[in-house]
Amino acid sequence: MQFMIDTFGLYFGTFLFILGQCLLLLVLVLVALAFLMYADRKIWAAVQMRKGPNVVGAFGLLQSFADFIKYIVKEVIVPAGSDKVIFFLAPMISFVLACIVWAVMPFNEGWVISDINVGILYIFAISSLEVYGVIMGGWASNSKYAFLGSLRSAAQMISYEVSIGLIIVGVLISTGSLNLTAIVMAQDGNYGLLSWYWLPHLPMVVLFFVSALAETNRPPFDLPEAESELVAGYQVEYSSTPFLLFMIGELMAVVFMCALITVLFFGGWLSPIPGLPDGVFWMVAKILFFFFLFAMVKALVPRFRYDQLMRLGWKVFLPMSLGWVVLVAAFAQYGVPGYARWAVGG
Amino acid sequence: MLSNDISVILPELLLAVFAMASLMIGVWSKKQEAVSNLILWATAIIFVVFGAWIGLSPEGTSTAFNGAFVNDGFARFSKVVMLWGGASMMVLSRDYLLKNDLLKYEYPALITLAMVGMMMMVSAGDLMALYMGLELQSLSLYVIAAFRRDSLRSTEAGLKYFVLGALSSGLLLYGASLVYGYTGTTSFTAISSVVTLEGVSLGLLFGLVFLATGMAFKVSAAPFHMWTPDVYEGSPTPVTGFFATAPKVAAAAMFARVLFDAFGEAVSDWQQILVFLSIASMFLGSIAAIGQKNIKRLMAYSSIAHMGFALMGLAAGTEEGAQSLLIYLAIYVTMNVGVFAFILNMERDGRPILSIDSLGMYSRVAPGRALALAILMFSLAGIPPLVGFFGKFYVLSAAVDAGLIWLAVAGVIASVIGAYYYLRIIFLMYFGEQTEGLNGTMPAAHWVFLGGAAAAMVLGVYNLFGVESIAGIAAATLIH
Amino acid sequence: MVITTLAFYLFALTAVASAILVIVSRNPVHSVLWLILTFFMSAGLFVLMGAEFLAMLLMIVYVGAVAVLFLFVVMMLDVDFATLRGGIAQYLPLGLLIGLILIMELGLVFGHWIFSENAPDLRAAVTPIPEEVENTAALGQLIYTDYIYLFQAAGLILFVAMIGAIVLTMRHRPNVKRQNILDQIYRDPGEAVEMKDVKPGQGI
Repeated sequence: MQFMIDTFGLYFGTFLFILGQCLLLLVLVLVALAFLMYADRKIWAAVQMRKGPNVVGAFGLLQSFADFIKYIVKEVIVPAGSDKVIFFLAPMISFVLACIVWAVMPFNEGWVISDINVGILYIFAISSLEVYGVIMGGWASNSKYAFLGSLRSAAQMISYEVSIGLIIVGVLISTGSLNLTAIVMAQDGNYGLLSWYWLPHLPMVVLFFVSALAETNRPPFDLPEAESELVAGYQVEYSSTPFLLFMIGELMAVVFMCALITVLFFGGWLSPIPGLPDGVFWMVAKILFFFFLFAMVKALVPRFRYDQLMRLGWKVFLPMSLGWVVLVAAFAQYGVPGYARWAVGG
Repeated sequence: MLSNDISVILPELLLAVFAMASLMIGVWSKKQEAVSNLILWATAIIFVVFGAWIGLSPEGTSTAFNGAFVNDGFARFSKVVMLWGGASMMVLSRDYLLKNDLLKYEYPALITLAMVGMMMMVSAGDLMALYMGLELQSLSLYVIAAFRRDSLRSTEAGLKYFVLGALSSGLLLYGASLVYGYTGTTSFTAISSVVTLEGVSLGLLFGLVFLATGMAFKVSAAPFHMWTPDVYEGSPTPVTGFFATAPKVAAAAMFARVLFDAFGEAVSDWQQILVFLSIASMFLGSIAAIGQKNIKRLMAYSSIAHMGFALMGLAAGTEEGAQSLLIYLAIYVTMNVGVFAFILNMERDGRPILSIDSLGMYSRVAPGRALALAILMFSLAGIPPLVGFFGKFYVLSAAVDAGLIWLAVAGVIASVIGAYYYLRIIFLMYFGEQTEGLNGTMPAAHWVFLGGAAAAMVLGVYNLFGVESIAGIAAATLIH
Repeated sequence: MVITTLAFYLFALTAVASAILVIVSRNPVHSVLWLILTFFMSAGLFVLMGAEFLAMLLMIVYVGAVAVLFLFVVMMLDVDFATLRGGIAQYLPLGLLIGLILIMELGLVFGHWIFSENAPDLRAAVTPIPEEVENTAALGQLIYTDYIYLFQAAGLILFVAMIGAIVLTMRHRPNVKRQNILDQIYRDPGEAVEMKDVKPGQGI
């Protein structure tokens, strides 16, 4: 009896601890998301010389919360002839996947829920699942627009996943580990921001950023939504909370991509200037910086046509990233400085 | 270590690189037709050169990659036969492909890759390596079976081949996994040592049966032959010709490799399977061919019957049996090259005709070609004193020496039945009814192969061009 | 241990249940979705066995790519699965027979658990010790050394599959206008555009 209490007590304690960590992270991310959404709109508005949201709260800061309440209290409309289970499953999958992918993201040394060996593969696996939310949503809506939008979106996400994967492989070769903390630590050098991976992997940083835009269906690659042709792509039949879930899931994926760029190429929580202490501040600052870039791209760049998007993915990015993998492998093998960190750092 | 391994697999490696290079050249070139033609000839020449290189390379057995790849006399013999057979079919296929607008650079490249797969198969020293080679070969063949993609028959042939081939690969894999489970290894030498130590357990026997089933599919032995006629009929004729040469050799050699290398200590366990396959194939091939009107279908059944004879050598389970198998395969390939050189030119007013009725009184139209085909048909039927008879003779005597007298008797009976449809073609050509027959001309290259094959059937009677002793040396390396 | 056992049964039972649902579902799209769940649960089982690399690979390759293609095909093909299912009664006995044989053989394998004496040793010879190397590194060390031949051969097979897909499906249609992006980028404004100074109210 005592044994059982001990075991279950122990497990239960651990369980509660992990649960607490998860909830803390999620709440933080979601609250941050509310303000990021606001920032997104403000930046967009500023570029277009509009005011943007400015009514709810001071400077409109609480706009996202007002939207949130609006989404929740509105009526859920289910299209006739839709596959109800899948119709509701799709946004949930989208949202849950966007949440659980944060489990392996380190914010500081040791500040990570699950520091697994194959962290980067986990991220890759989860983000390859995100396609399902889109496909299922589009199919279950029983609508041509939604279906076409979902097919486009799925094809787009799969195409750019390939180049993202290959770019990541370059970083992995440099690090010799699939663990995200190890990747950040490998970038810890004497020259501050000059010892991060963006310098040796420079062309791939650009590619990664563009692929991340495409992977998250952000402008200029927001063809699945393509308001002008497909109304709103796979989300066209969604309303109320399910729509909110899709939207949060999408935005979370965007923020996650910002965090991933930070960790892979910009040294995570490492300080850019030698001498200043490392810390979570840098991580957050870098994420915000990349989110700003995402928002600016949305405001500045015109939308691609679908065949141009596919051409870019398969005929430009794929060969380039593939060639880069070969190049990095050669550099690492023959000890070009900056490429084989595992040989020095471990 | 690695450089040593690479030196052993150098021919395969270079062939694979050649295939990729030729694809690259084809993709980037502006003049598709001319480049495809060039690549086709280059491939044929490279096959011949590689065949000579492998054939003339020094005796002895060398292994690479921890025994996954074995380069011994047996493998070299099979490779030479395959490469030269493949080269012949490549040269023969050019005119047909050109005429039917099928001459693309992918064709030689796919055949080269299939050839790499076949060379891996016959050199396999490990179940995994065997499977890899087999899949490489099969996948390439599925594609070229459906190469004429605008034709319903060709795509149907490709699909049928693919589905049944995938099934057989599945069976083979299932068997391989059982063998691995019960021996703990995929390496042939290690399996053989386990069999020597502990005998064949029930599970291992099951594995062996599944392996044999999968491979019987690949050699198109009855009762796993059902894909053969449809695939032979539907595929473009040069592809059919290719199917009848190199892949048959590869599959039969792979069969021998597995049975002798891995299960050489358990002959009694697999002998009965082989005997059954052999008898079923011989009789089915001989009897079912009688009703065929389409010459490609006829050749399909003929190949089933011939595989039955080849497996008879294997069923003997002796060195003599392996030797007779190799001799049989070499002769069979030579005959098929000649016959397909003829079939490729069966046409009237530029349209291919495949009905055997169109051969009526062909001896009046083209006496030379009719004579050559008649000799080849006599040889296929195994009528003495032509070379085809010696192939059967070696196989039968190996069976008799191994104590399988009634198998040999069955073989003789099947051979007599089978002779009917070969002789019917000769009858049609010389004594048949005059029909609206064939009137195409034959390119010189085809004449060389048809005439050469026929001449070889006659001249080879003297000493089989020394194949017997070479095959003997090759077979000796297989038997431990 | 308790949690691990619980997780095992959760994954295993869900995997089996969803595998059954794959074949009994009336809607083919549902079948594929159940199939995805099966893959997912198998990945979970891999994680429990400590094969995290394989688990992730299963997710990325099968769930993330192969199953998406399945789903595409099933959604887009206009196949009436109800009529296809009509023949089920006809083929059921044969299918059951084959299934029975396979199960009998599996049973045979388990019942005959006396594997040959040196089999475990031979199998263990290539397995690294988990404490020493993590399994991603272990796999890498094996694949790129001992099994490089097989690995490259597998690559060659995929290469053939790619050629096959292109050969059998790609068609170059003549007279189709194509966008050449490089041409557009290198277009010289000086050549293409002529600047005219148009006085107001005069026209060109």
